[in-house]
Amino acid sequence: MFKKINLVFKLVAVIELCFTVNISHAEEAIIAVASNFSAPMKALVPLFEQESQHRIQATYGATGKFYAQIKQGAPFDALLAADEATPQLLMDNQLAVNTSQFTYAVGRLVLWSNNPALIDGSPQILSSERYKHLAIANPKLAPYGLAAKKVIANLGLTAQVDNRIVMGENIAQTYQFVQTGNAELGFVALSQVIKNGKIELGSYWQVPSELHLPIKQDALLLKKGAQNEAAKTFLTFLKSAKARAVIQSYGYNL
Amino acid sequence: MLEHSSYQAIWLSIKLAFVVTCILLLIATPIAWWLSRSQSIFRPILEAMVALPLVLPPTVLGFYLLVAMGPTGILGQLTHSLGLAPLAFTFTGLVIASILYSLPFVVQPLQTAFKLVDTELLEAAATLKAGPWTRFFTIVMPIAKPGFLTAIVLGFAHTLGEFGVVLMVGGNIPGNTRVVSVQIYDYVEALEYGKAHELALFLLIFSFLILLALYIFNRKAVTLHV
Repeated sequence: MFKKINLVFKLVAVIELCFTVNISHAEEAIIAVASNFSAPMKALVPLFEQESQHRIQATYGATGKFYAQIKQGAPFDALLAADEATPQLLMDNQLAVNTSQFTYAVGRLVLWSNNPALIDGSPQILSSERYKHLAIANPKLAPYGLAAKKVIANLGLTAQVDNRIVMGENIAQTYQFVQTGNAELGFVALSQVIKNGKIELGSYWQVPSELHLPIKQDALLLKKGAQNEAAKTFLTFLKSAKARAVIQSYGYNL
Repeated sequence: MLEHSSYQAIWLSIKLAFVVTCILLLIATPIAWWLSRSQSIFRPILEAMVALPLVLPPTVLGFYLLVAMGPTGILGQLTHSLGLAPLAFTFTGLVIASILYSLPFVVQPLQTAFKLVDTELLEAAATLKAGPWTRFFTIVMPIAKPGFLTAIVLGFAHTLGEFGVVLMVGGNIPGNTRVVSVQIYDYVEALEYGKAHELALFLLIFSFLILLALYIFNRKAVTLHV
């Protein structure tokens, strides 16, 4: 009898211990991530989980949609946005933790075609008649689109290019237009065409970053995750040298 | 109240829905008639194929259409060998995509309606020397009228509200492929909720009025027959 009670006490103690460990150390965070960052994110999460007890659940989508969902109380602890304007807006609406906003990646633009013979490493092709459709992301919605528009303007080619532009709603769709060959070429994200540090398919012109404003992608801690250790630790991890090396290998600047 | 680009998008959507509904009626009527009468073993196969566009999410269907319209795709090679321009990013491309997307919504109501047409009635008419066209227009059409109305309403409304497919193959060109649903989506994504509300409200009211007119017309037509 005595032994049994002892056992129960021990069991309770063990269960209690489990819970305390859970509360003080291992937590779980749900992080909303811009779709263009899904590949590096999938590499970063296991790295993070190796060195931490915390667990990360990533949800991928369009930044504008995340904004609408967060405003309606979506259960995200942190946001890795595709721009810097949306995090700023969340800040202004008091939906995020003050001073938590930082740039985790800077996107790079590349003029790309799946035809290996089309682009000769320069923007020359743009003023030629050798293509019918130039794909860019919608400049109103996507920072990559805005940057593409700026590059075209800075090259003085707006008039020659304008009636040949087709727009993707986001950079992923823009890539599909070019990848399927429906648009002969397009301004896409370097991160979409880079494999193991280089562009292996098609032909391209790497756009010098002076030709457009930097495509800054900001992360921030949301109000919902203000007390979430997993989310906070992950954001700190994103700034580490280890994480930055991964992010760079996927075609982003820092 | 609305911006110029919004009116342009609304007009484009109506034009698309109108053209698609007309073409669909021409294509779907023989298909539905055959499906409602045939005892062939191929009937279930065709029935299943007609229903397939319901299965895939519109953006996925749109993606495969985009692939098919590309230079190495089936449609792309077909248009190329016929000396036609590629379909992607054109109004014609949207029409073809929408026909595929809205096909089941027009075929199925027609098929149900045609099943109600009594074969004996047709045979009786045939003995009175009524040719197939006469039989179709004087017997089948009046009996199947509610089915035609449903098919027109569903085909039109479904194309008007179409988004995913157009998004994938359209390329968002003002006046050409930027339809009203894409325009509303753009406003929402750009966080211009006010403009999105305005346009969505306009679309809803407009669609309600069209549907209302059709149903009133149908009620009158039915009462006249009775």
